[in-house]
Amino acid sequence: MNKTINQKAWLFVIPVFVLVAFNAAIPLMTVVNYSFQETFGNNVFAWEGTRWFKQILLSERFHAALGRQIAFTFIILLIQIPLGIGIALTMPKKGWGVPVCLILMSMPLLIPWNVVGAMWNIFALPDIGFLGYTLNAIGFDYNFTQQPGDAWFTTILMDVWHWTSLVVLLSYAGLNSIQPAYYQAAEIDGASRWATFRYIELPKMKKVLTLAILLRFMDSFMIYTEPFVLTGGGPGNTTAFLSIDLVKMALGQFDLGPAAAMSLIYFFIVLLVCWVFYNLMMKNEAQS
Amino acid sequence: MSLELKNIEKKIGIDTHIYPTNLKLEKNTINVLLGSTLAGKTTLMQIMAGLDKPTSGQIWFNQKNVTGKKVQSRNCSMVYQQFINYPNYTVFENIASPLMITGVKTDEIKQRVGKVAELLKLSAMLNKKPDELSGGQQQRTALARALVKDSDLILLDEPLANLDFKLREELREELPKLFEDRDCIVVYATTEPSDALMIGGNTATLLEGKVIQYGKTLEVYNKPDNLISAKVFSDPPMNIAEVKKSGDICKLNDNSVQWKPSTKIKDGIYKIGIRPHNITTYKEGNNSVEINGKVQISELSGSESLIHFTNGNLNWVSLSNGIQQKNVGENTKLYMNTDEFLYFDQNNRLVNNG
Repeated sequence: MNKTINQKAWLFVIPVFVLVAFNAAIPLMTVVNYSFQETFGNNVFAWEGTRWFKQILLSERFHAALGRQIAFTFIILLIQIPLGIGIALTMPKKGWGVPVCLILMSMPLLIPWNVVGAMWNIFALPDIGFLGYTLNAIGFDYNFTQQPGDAWFTTILMDVWHWTSLVVLLSYAGLNSIQPAYYQAAEIDGASRWATFRYIELPKMKKVLTLAILLRFMDSFMIYTEPFVLTGGGPGNTTAFLSIDLVKMALGQFDLGPAAAMSLIYFFIVLLVCWVFYNLMMKNEAQS
Repeated sequence: MSLELKNIEKKIGIDTHIYPTNLKLEKNTINVLLGSTLAGKTTLMQIMAGLDKPTSGQIWFNQKNVTGKKVQSRNCSMVYQQFINYPNYTVFENIASPLMITGVKTDEIKQRVGKVAELLKLSAMLNKKPDELSGGQQQRTALARALVKDSDLILLDEPLANLDFKLREELREELPKLFEDRDCIVVYATTEPSDALMIGGNTATLLEGKVIQYGKTLEVYNKPDNLISAKVFSDPPMNIAEVKKSGDICKLNDNSVQWKPSTKIKDGIYKIGIRPHNITTYKEGNNSVEINGKVQISELSGSESLIHFTNGNLNWVSLSNGIQQKNVGENTKLYMNTDEFLYFDQNNRLVNNG
């Protein structure tokens, strides 16, 4: 059979190629370009090979930022996932409470990220902010602009406030898709509340929870705006997560080469974790 | 052993879901709750199980008042229309779950699960997870879980409704056998009159939250107390027509058909109920009478023929054996077996009782 050649099909494919080229491929390739060269402006470049990559991978500054990033992501996942499930479990399943809860829950998600940062900045100021003032008034020596512990506490609290709702909404959707008959069957079997959760609710929520963890991992691993507005990475570098550190290097110091190498490494870490996670998820799926 | 509902009523807000109901279910019986959706079958079962509390009235089990007693402390099990199993347990663990919770010894669990699994033809899949099974096998697992417990009360809420035709037929035949030598009360809810006939035992006909009639299945079928019970227990729907009786002769209101009733009833006006299979394209019984009809719909269902026809301004449904092809619009002759007519008085009560 002869294949008919139809070149018109290209017309449908080209726009996608152009779009992807402009918003992904070309920017990415410039970064790749920078990461192997040294530049002093004026469009003069010198080949550096893998020097920037070695430098970044061996630099203590990068290790510290990566360490902070992993700690931050780990802590917020540890808080948000159980808390989100917990809130979803206590939310009403019918009646007027449902829309009220859903609206309240989606509010934080609708606020622009820099507004969240600014809100919490003001809220937590030790002299005039409600949170900061109250904490100091009841005897805590709280100052997030000067004490690293307080800065971490505030950043984590802000992220929990901002993003737990997402986990709640996903879990709530998962819980709502469980037929009431399951609960009755468990009740008839005499299963405890914990057993019902462990053997019915949790397995039935598995898919949405994996999604929630993946989303929360990616978002928190790439977090920039909120801590930037809240603490600016300080005090010192104590809340400078990877992206904040990256921007400091690229725009603050104008070290384009190392910054480019760092963004590529950063990008590969995110990609790698997502890939591993996705594969584990799919493997689980195939087993059950 | 017996389960007794005494004046059970269930209201939710201003809606009455169950009107005051009295029902006594005896030991070693299968009881069918027959009624369309929203008749209150599920509500009634949940009250029996203790999953739901009646608004008023009492439930007695073994001569003990158990109203308001929690479901965990009653020995009952339930199977649903949906296939409810623990998703990440294997079939074995699923069947064993009620025993594990009550702390039965491992050896005994193994032995009991093995026995039930064999009964339900699940022995080969004990290590599989529910979602690797077909619908029929999933429902068998749920049934096995209900049986393994040796419950006093087993509730089956339309267990076959989500199965395809063949599996349904197969499991329906097995069901009565499963409960044969068990010391328990079985309650089976269904919308299908044929289910009730197949399962036998006792049947309660339900309509809109009321138990219309309760008794031996065949008795309820052959001698429905009243027109409503007869209607609930008839599929395809029962033919109903007004007739006048005077002297020896009974006739349809428009005089198109006349016959001699085979039971003695007083002169007057009655409603007759005729089951579709008592109107056929061939003569049946010694006292059949002709009716002329214009065919509206003619369809085959298995090896039976369903013919909808009009006579005057009444619509009739007939069900004949074999393949009886009729053309739509055709005028045809059918035969009604007058021995099987049910006569109801003006209050819709059955009069030819016997």
